[in-house]
Amino acid sequence: MEDNKYLLEMIDIEKQFPGVKALDHAQLKLRPGTVHALMGENGAGKSTLMKCLFGIYKKDSGSIRMDGKEVDFINPRNALDHGVAMVHQELNQVLYRSVMENIWMGRFPKNGPLVDHRKMKEATETVMRELEINVDVTKNIGSYTVSQRQMLEIAKAVSYNARILVLDEPTSSLTQDEVEHLFHIMKKLTADGVGIIYISHKMDEIMRIADDVTIMRDGKWVSTDPTSSLDTDIIIKRMVNRDMSHRFPEKTNQPGDEVIMKVEGLTGKYEPTCHNVSFELHKGEVLGIAGLVGSRRTELLSTIFGSMERGSGTILVDGREVRNRTPKESIRNGFAMVTEERRATGCFPYGNILFNTVIANLRSYKKGPLLSDKAMASDTAAYIDKLKTKTPSQKTLIKNLSGGNQQKVIFSRWLLTDPHILLLDEPTRGIDVGAKYEIYELMLDLAKQGRGVCFISSEMPELIGICDRILVMSNGQLAGIVERGKDFGGIPGEQETIMALQAKYV
Amino acid sequence: MEKKKEFKLGEFLLKYALYFILLAILIVIVAINPKFLSITNLISILKQASTKGILALGVAGIIVLAGTDLSVGRILGLTAAIAASLLQSVTFPMRYYPQLQEVTYGTILIGLLICVAVAVAFSAFNGFGMAKLHMHPFIVSLGTSLIAYGLCCIYIENQPSGSTQALSSFDQKYLKLATDSIKIGSVKIPWLVIIFLLLAAFTWVMWNKTTFGKNMFAVGGNTEAAEVSGISVTKTIMSVFIYAGIMYGIGSFLEGARIQSVGTNTGFNYEQDAIASCVIGGVSFNGGIGTVQGVVIGSIILQAINYGLYFLGVNAYLQYVIRGAIIIVAVAIDVRKYINKR
Repeated sequence: MEDNKYLLEMIDIEKQFPGVKALDHAQLKLRPGTVHALMGENGAGKSTLMKCLFGIYKKDSGSIRMDGKEVDFINPRNALDHGVAMVHQELNQVLYRSVMENIWMGRFPKNGPLVDHRKMKEATETVMRELEINVDVTKNIGSYTVSQRQMLEIAKAVSYNARILVLDEPTSSLTQDEVEHLFHIMKKLTADGVGIIYISHKMDEIMRIADDVTIMRDGKWVSTDPTSSLDTDIIIKRMVNRDMSHRFPEKTNQPGDEVIMKVEGLTGKYEPTCHNVSFELHKGEVLGIAGLVGSRRTELLSTIFGSMERGSGTILVDGREVRNRTPKESIRNGFAMVTEERRATGCFPYGNILFNTVIANLRSYKKGPLLSDKAMASDTAAYIDKLKTKTPSQKTLIKNLSGGNQQKVIFSRWLLTDPHILLLDEPTRGIDVGAKYEIYELMLDLAKQGRGVCFISSEMPELIGICDRILVMSNGQLAGIVERGKDFGGIPGEQETIMALQAKYV
Repeated sequence: MEKKKEFKLGEFLLKYALYFILLAILIVIVAINPKFLSITNLISILKQASTKGILALGVAGIIVLAGTDLSVGRILGLTAAIAASLLQSVTFPMRYYPQLQEVTYGTILIGLLICVAVAVAFSAFNGFGMAKLHMHPFIVSLGTSLIAYGLCCIYIENQPSGSTQALSSFDQKYLKLATDSIKIGSVKIPWLVIIFLLLAAFTWVMWNKTTFGKNMFAVGGNTEAAEVSGISVTKTIMSVFIYAGIMYGIGSFLEGARIQSVGTNTGFNYEQDAIASCVIGGVSFNGGIGTVQGVVIGSIILQAINYGLYFLGVNAYLQYVIRGAIIIVAVAIDVRKYINKR
């Protein structure tokens, strides 16, 4: 096929934010009927570029052409009207309204001055049938699970009959089956000539589904090539501009025999929760926790930490029983928890770095009734240094940092409380490759100091890369624990072993 | 994942807890004085609930947007004063506009339109503050409530006759709006009640069957989702406030006729009743949740209790205490409904 014609061309796009040049001669050329992967570390400008296309941001300069004609959408409505639809990284849904209303929001079918509910229901059902999604379209969208809602968000974008579809990390919370389902939908769309821009951090997905790959770094265009001429190492190298053939640091920790935490028969009080989970965490160990979406990994750690109520079971720390009824009590017992949704439950977005660093540890800065500014500033400075957090100053608002650096600030916060047991829930989600490496190093370093680390992750390679043992959850129950050197760590079939356990009680 | 719908007593009690409590209060009132259950009293309650309920229909939309409006009462004071001044009886020597020689149905319509126009202007300003200046509507409406109050006092205290008294002696045609009723069977239903129910029905259609309503719930439930779905958030907020203004205008106009005298203190604390009716009726302050039926029921229950307490001769200040407690309990229950236990 001679494909000189592009469906979409974005050329020399520039965008300046206060203090940062977010886009600097960025470019992207999308051929019709193809999947075009847009890759780069967090903060490389992928989402910003897409927001300029979609009319959420206004570009400072540069040119956007559709079918060779210059366009400049002033708002999302305008973009949608011209056949550009986008699935955003965050789920943008109105939870207490029905599925169909969420899908037709902003363009309800009308009958005179009134909204035509019957037509809306039929149209929604048609879309769902075509995409083979099985839901009751009149039910509130909030009653579906996050991964189902993600699929509905994709269905919504498809329902615009757009010629250009932007998917910004659509698979972050999908199960393996749903990812296959999505790929199936994408193939159908490209066969109809739709061009898809696909943003993802997952290499294996890109290698499988993308026709072309554009790589960005620091707001600049780096390269565009057919996927067939690339491999994972080249992509990573271009993204981070350094050799990343070692994706994981060398394992430096040595788990001891001493048990620092023993969990027995742990069951949460309110569904959905974990059931009858027992395991031991050793001193100096990184214990991975694997499982599918909905396997209640988060619920397990939250129940240990006391942010969810315990129904039954016991927790022993150094042989002494702890109750951990509230997070406050758990912190006093030497626990720390880094939560999954950094933006929702980790950061105080309008607080500065100092505030976000010291907030869990104010007790130790008390000087009489007041807090010592000096002590807080010196601790903050020490941890910015220790974790190599990239920030202009301690006074910078945390919301202005990249995801990886935000995560480092959250880690600093917890390290200041000197925890013996760290509970980490997807600590590397949504942060770039370079920052991930540093988080791995930090986790191994913490283990080396004799602490115990529990580490939830949905990315199998990173669990295999840095854990000593991996606990596998399946549908709220403990499906098994696998060991490095015996079940994984260069053992053939290691991923299959873990996947089989994940599906044990489904 | 098919989940069976089980009947959970706890959830049921929580869902309807407020209604049980309010019903209990009403039962206590009736037990103390069974005469409370007379037709006259019920009609009075409904009439009182009507004008305040119309205000609540306006505020409710703003609360669905996760906003609020503290200026309702003072806007009512100002607009009712303007209507009253235009519609005084031509035989009354100290009337505001001696040059007006006759009150016709046309004059009454003009009075209504002026009421609506002034109320819409104020409410639209509140909306502008929220949508364009990105101020919290709490603060904007706090400001406009003071402005409306000041203007109302200036207007009433500068009567051409030199009087600074409340405006009264309205034309019969105007008063009839509030006193007349229509006979259905053996029961006389006041026009006020009918107008209220018609406006409620109209609001129900607006909320549930039009783009206006859908967009309102979308913006209130998740502003960002609305924005990226191509809904104009500014336009939605403005239209909800303008709709509220229309309701305030109509409500004020009728309230003037109902109370038959408009002074500087008219409308004082009405915003509290309007907001309380919404909250009792299940309109959530978190935004995105609420029904018109709820607002209507909320208005009636609230006025029934207000009237009942007054009827029993409960100390006026104690009445405030009880009403305050009801609002707090209502919100406490509302908040509990949407907290996920974990």
